[in-house]
Amino acid sequence: MPTDSLKTSTPSTASNGAPDAPVLKGSEIFVRALEEEGVDRVFGHPGGAVIKIYDAMERIQPDYEHVLVRHEQGGTHAAEGYAKATGRVGTVLVTSGPGATNTVTGIADAYLDSVPIVVFTGQVPTHLIGNDSFQETDTTGVTRSITKHNFLVRDVDELASTIKKAYHIARTGRPGPVVVDIPKDVQMDKSTFVYPDEPDLPGYSVPGKGASRQVQRAARMIEEAERPLLYVGGGTINADAPEHLTKLARKTNIPVTTTLHGLGAFPETDDLALGWLGMHGFYHTNMAVQNADLIIAVGARFDDRVTGDVDAWAPDAKIIHVDIDPSCISKNVYADCAIIGDAQKVLQQLLPKVEPKDTEEWLAQIDEWRDSCPPYEYEQPDEDLIAPESVVEQLYEKTQGEAVMVSDVGQHQMWVCQYYKFGRTRSHISSGGLGTMGFGLPAAMGAAFGMREGRDLDVVCVSGDGGFVMNAQELSVAAAHGLPLKIAVLNNNFLGMVRQWQSLFHEDRFSHTDLTSTNPDFVKLAEAHHCVGLRATSPDEVGDVIDQAWEVDDRPVLMEFAVPKEEMVFPMVPAGAASDDMLTEMFSKEEMAKE
Amino acid sequence: MSDEETLTRQQIRRKRKFGEPILPEEEDETDQKHRHIIAVTLENTIGALNRVTNLFSARGFNLESVAVGETEDSSIARLTLVTVGNDRIVAQVTRQLKGLVNTYDVTDLTDAEHVERELCLLKVQYTSDTRPEILDIKDIFRGRVVNVTPETMVLEVTGPNKKINAFIGMMQEHGIEEVARSGQVAMHRALEYEAPNPLASSESEVNDNGSSDAN
Repeated sequence: MPTDSLKTSTPSTASNGAPDAPVLKGSEIFVRALEEEGVDRVFGHPGGAVIKIYDAMERIQPDYEHVLVRHEQGGTHAAEGYAKATGRVGTVLVTSGPGATNTVTGIADAYLDSVPIVVFTGQVPTHLIGNDSFQETDTTGVTRSITKHNFLVRDVDELASTIKKAYHIARTGRPGPVVVDIPKDVQMDKSTFVYPDEPDLPGYSVPGKGASRQVQRAARMIEEAERPLLYVGGGTINADAPEHLTKLARKTNIPVTTTLHGLGAFPETDDLALGWLGMHGFYHTNMAVQNADLIIAVGARFDDRVTGDVDAWAPDAKIIHVDIDPSCISKNVYADCAIIGDAQKVLQQLLPKVEPKDTEEWLAQIDEWRDSCPPYEYEQPDEDLIAPESVVEQLYEKTQGEAVMVSDVGQHQMWVCQYYKFGRTRSHISSGGLGTMGFGLPAAMGAAFGMREGRDLDVVCVSGDGGFVMNAQELSVAAAHGLPLKIAVLNNNFLGMVRQWQSLFHEDRFSHTDLTSTNPDFVKLAEAHHCVGLRATSPDEVGDVIDQAWEVDDRPVLMEFAVPKEEMVFPMVPAGAASDDMLTEMFSKEEMAKE
Repeated sequence: MSDEETLTRQQIRRKRKFGEPILPEEEDETDQKHRHIIAVTLENTIGALNRVTNLFSARGFNLESVAVGETEDSSIARLTLVTVGNDRIVAQVTRQLKGLVNTYDVTDLTDAEHVERELCLLKVQYTSDTRPEILDIKDIFRGRVVNVTPETMVLEVTGPNKKINAFIGMMQEHGIEEVARSGQVAMHRALEYEAPNPLASSESEVNDNGSSDAN
């Protein structure tokens, strides 16, 4: 596969308004423009409204590979996984109407998690738009509130420049999904193909460096703080700033806590690493947040899963907020010092302005909290079942952190965040903002495609029995492409996270969360999709199954682990409670009922 | 505001929650609601206006009026929005408006020197007895008669929001048949003087304390 991600910035032979620029059909312009853009891979599904584009792809045989997904939602998640693992823009191509609406969940997911993807949708011919035509949907209308921007291309002359704009918008600033809706007649009309070097976007600007006055002020606040804390989100990874962040933390001795999307931005084996904060974060981390006198937020948006009751969050702390998106400032939590800019550039500005700090006392205090309620403690169940946490731990031992961990949504997602020690940037992929069940498998598939282009890490997908079946159809795509995916399904035969809430807050009324009698046989499900299926039902089988899985390198392996349904994720801050109002294992349900 | 003495927003909220007194200087004034008039210049393309109004509805915000039209450059449209809300949240929405790809410029004119006008067309019933009074009122409001039939006439009045409200109030007793209002349009006054650039100042305020007030 010839790939060249740098192609985006180099002018094409056809551009520069050359008089010999070729006259092409819209469908051919589309195929060529993606080549100019340096696209390596397109996740798509054909249909009537994009049949011309698919035909052009077949005729031109472009540089990029098309991956035929089995459902458009899987396609968008795969593009997300690809984008998150590689740092490039993911590309999706689908037809109009149902093709477009099937991508909506993935687009919303990418929007909330700031993932750069471009989704091309076919549209009915322009003269039929608005007539309730066959397979017509107002795609730009439907996706307006869940995209960074969207376009309806009305004229073939605008097609190439629109594609240029779409990729530019998706990848710059705060990244996000962009939709380009292309009517069928635009695909058939002809125009001169000139791919612009620069996008024409006069109203669009991208923050760069932070205001020096604010950086100075932040440096002073850091100097004055006694109990400072770095709170790091996915924006740090988007800005390729983990290295600078690590330098800042080590220079100033400030402990670091990460959000779900910030995992991997700071090596978790470091002494200053506090791990994860928020609803299922660690006790010592949340206590550190609640007692800090300065919180330095970098590329994080103070999500309610992080803050809980925002009124009671970090009550004593001044806040420094570094973010590329001005509208994130003081949105949820008031920022005393706001620095709008690219996280990498701001950290570079800040580094020479700060001095080493003595935070011994503060770190000792945090250690005390850590000892009083240590993380990483669980019990193997008495019965013949496996502690789910131990599966994640053994996956860590197998990979030593040298893998891309993709998780679906649910209890297992929290255990991955708690028990896997992320040391590499872009090594954790999950659906945080939208919390989309069914995200894991297709995203892992997209990440595995990304690994073919430069990075060579194992891709591990951890899923639950509930979420896995939501997009299980993509197994056959992963098999068809020979992706050596390692899929761990932690099967408790329940919708585990909902069950946990039902157990804690709804008096054990397990309304419609029991999947025992309806779950598929996961080993057979894998085999039916041309994958390898393995099963472990007792603790001593776990290691063997994992070893066997790593021996397969030509197709996906699904490992099913039988885990107890009663296992809960702890600690836990109940939704809307204050961050130091945590439920830990020591806290029994009876005690809670008394309160 | 100085760093050392002012409470953080969380502290103020927490105090309020636990019923502790808040000193006047600690009070968070931006929690009160005000009428905001916001000028937006944006690309004159399909969907651009929709994107702006959508942003308001997506945030659960009411728009009192929206007036839009081309500017001297036909590729650029100008939009005047009137909304009522908590200053902090309006500032938040303003910043999100600025973040839209289609918008060039977003200015909260509320506290800046500005002129605002609205056009009102009003169809009112008249008789030979009431006609002189109606025409008198029209003159007082510097209006014009733009259409007349034996029973009704259409009057045109322009002016600030309050003047239009007063005019409609005065006509109430004569039997209004129909009212059409354009919504506010507004622009900076005295631009040739060194009026502070509202965008630049709001940007620096954001940088300054993140608090918002684009005014």
